[in-house]
Amino acid sequence: MAKKEKNKIKLAIYWGAACGGCCVSILDVHEKLFDIVAAADLVFWPIALDFKYKDVENMPDKDIDVTLFNGAVRNSENEHMANLLREKTKILVAYGSCSHLGGIPGLANFSNREEIFKRVYETTESTVNPEKITPQTKYKVAEGELSLPEFYNDVRTLDQVVDVDYFIPGCPPQSERLMEVFTAIVSGAELPPKGSVLGALDKSQCDECPREKSENKLIKEFKRPFEIEDDGKTCFLEQGVICMGPATRGGCGVRCIEGNAPCRGCYGPPTSVSDPGAKMMSAIATIIDENEPEAIEKVIDSIEDPAGTFYRFSVPSSIIRRNIETSEKKAEQAVV
Amino acid sequence: MSYEPTIIAFLCNWCSYTGADLAGTSRMKYASNINIIRVMCSGRIEPLFVLTAFREGADGVLICGCHPGDCHYHEGNYKCLRRYYFLKKYLTQMGMNTERMRLEWVSASEGKQFAELADDFTEKVRNLGPCKIKEAAETLT
Repeated sequence: MAKKEKNKIKLAIYWGAACGGCCVSILDVHEKLFDIVAAADLVFWPIALDFKYKDVENMPDKDIDVTLFNGAVRNSENEHMANLLREKTKILVAYGSCSHLGGIPGLANFSNREEIFKRVYETTESTVNPEKITPQTKYKVAEGELSLPEFYNDVRTLDQVVDVDYFIPGCPPQSERLMEVFTAIVSGAELPPKGSVLGALDKSQCDECPREKSENKLIKEFKRPFEIEDDGKTCFLEQGVICMGPATRGGCGVRCIEGNAPCRGCYGPPTSVSDPGAKMMSAIATIIDENEPEAIEKVIDSIEDPAGTFYRFSVPSSIIRRNIETSEKKAEQAVV
Repeated sequence: MSYEPTIIAFLCNWCSYTGADLAGTSRMKYASNINIIRVMCSGRIEPLFVLTAFREGADGVLICGCHPGDCHYHEGNYKCLRRYYFLKKYLTQMGMNTERMRLEWVSASEGKQFAELADDFTEKVRNLGPCKIKEAAETLT
């Protein structure tokens, strides 16, 4: 066993604009974490281990074998670390919805920096800030100059910033899938072509979904999940609830649907689909049981927020990747 | 040089494309800004096509199909109509002026109507100025 030590791979895990759930999903492998540690040296993992950015900067180029990068790129710190880890890593993996597609932080692309700052530091109900103090990137104090990362106007996916080798989708990715991918990398098995999505299927959720589906999908009104009495068996779309299944990659084990909640689309579009929202609009249009313009508009109006529903995890990676108006309002601000 | 809008028109094979063809064979003049893409049915026009056209730099997108009830495949144009309203709502949420996208029914005999529609839509889009989707989507900051 001692001999094997030498063959250990170097593994790094980093978070950009993320909630921490992806890092927790790695811990969720439970006792298999010992298998990971037996096969890999964790050289950098801010949530769990006390390594500094400087330690990474001091590593030789391509010294880390695998980096799991979770989280989107939304500020200068995320961007710096994405570039740095790309330099130091052989196989860079975008881990989780945020780095793969933009994820929940990507919904900020409906807005912009100015609006977000105004909301967060001025108008939220719980905020009292009469002097309108907002964070500055640089601030002088007696002890010297303090600095904060620059907050960007736009949220990007990891592969919109650096070259990415593989993608593992999910919010968070299923721990079992991670173990499969990790085992494949460690065993030295031949890896799929660069740019592949690992730990997921090529086909859609519907392919795996156990619910009963018929050809008879006709909807006169869309409802939110709490507005129906789910019978636990019938396809959500047939019950009038939006389920992202048709435009979402399978492979998660249909966990949400098994828990009687419709799919929200965190695994992103299947291989053959480039834009999940466009596909979803296309699919849902066919099941609306109205032919007159006003009636159609009424049915569509029963969907509260189509852009946010169909692109919940994928705004930055979609075709129209941000709100155009707010992009124009991008002001040259001293405040960032 | 004055601004010339780029307009992509998706025309169904059976009615609208034949209508546009009639405009051509009847030697009617209409704006050359219209770039026609023929599809078999307006039901084939996926939202993806329209979004891609805008992302690649189109200033306007025109969608034409058979009049309601006249679809060669019975109900393709109704599917198109529903997708059109979906797109309208989505594009509004993305901060876009939805006048850049227009759906009209043009039959095979309506060559004149097609030529007038092409001129009218081109003028409307010209007044709106260049579409900024491409620029907004590709400014990554």
